[in-house]
Amino acid sequence: MAEQVYFEDVAEGQEIPKLAKNCSSQQLVMWAAGSGDFYQIHYDKDFAQGNGLKGTIVHGALKNAFLGHLLHDWVGDKGFVRRFSCQYRGMDYPNQEIICRGVITKKYQEGGQNLLDLDIWTENPEGQKTSPGTATVALPSRGG
Amino acid sequence: MTQPDQSVITDEMRQVVGKESEPVTLEVDKTSCRMFARAVGHTDLIFYDEDYARSKGYRSIVAAPAYTGTPVYKPAEARAVGEIGGLSFSVPYKRVLNGGTEYEYLDTICAGDVLTATTAITSFQERVASLGPMLITTRETTYKNQEGKAVVKMRGTLIQY
Repeated sequence: MAEQVYFEDVAEGQEIPKLAKNCSSQQLVMWAAGSGDFYQIHYDKDFAQGNGLKGTIVHGALKNAFLGHLLHDWVGDKGFVRRFSCQYRGMDYPNQEIICRGVITKKYQEGGQNLLDLDIWTENPEGQKTSPGTATVALPSRGG
Repeated sequence: MTQPDQSVITDEMRQVVGKESEPVTLEVDKTSCRMFARAVGHTDLIFYDEDYARSKGYRSIVAAPAYTGTPVYKPAEARAVGEIGGLSFSVPYKRVLNGGTEYEYLDTICAGDVLTATTAITSFQERVASLGPMLITTRETTYKNQEGKAVVKMRGTLIQY
């Protein structure tokens, strides 16, 4: 985990550190077991192709969890991920890079909390945003 | 947005919009938390090591973002693909895609928690996209912990085509 980030140190428009993922078929099987989503398009190539897909695809919910990972690591021990979402607009495939990214869109205080809204997304090797979404996180203040 | 020629949304479906489902029990245990975190690739030890999690002020191992426990499985009550909140409707589409997910955290979930989830369908929409005509169902699930406190709200979109 990186050093704690504080509310005072960030600004609107700032990009947060990227998180790179690349799913092996093994990771997709682990996710199937961990999440309870056993739909065969994610690990059975014949089944996926029988459903009109090019091959097996990465679970949408796993990409959402990747974005949760991105935010969790960034806000650190003293931060809190209040909300995160994404839409599954494009398919991602195993053994290809999935880059998780985020940009701060709004910095504000509400109910005594230091909050940030972000645009978050996953990006495929062609640079397309396959899972665009938004998030809200709370960060600690240097003043305590 | 193109609408299909014939709607697959029935009166029966319209009537359930907004109605809360029967509760579903989900268990959060140390092994299931670790398995989920490992599948995502998390490296923070609060998701794996109970002593470490306690040293950070948590009751036990923390459930990683988007892990809301595992439904108690009983063979006779297996869920069908496309089923939402115990409801499934007869639609002419057999393929299913996840359209999107939102998690709103009101509190932290830890190993040892037992969650109760209720789901309401919030809308049915139809459109024709590159995959053909599709039914888009949105839902909201509220997860409460053993103390009756709402800890997570999940909003999901299901696409059938």
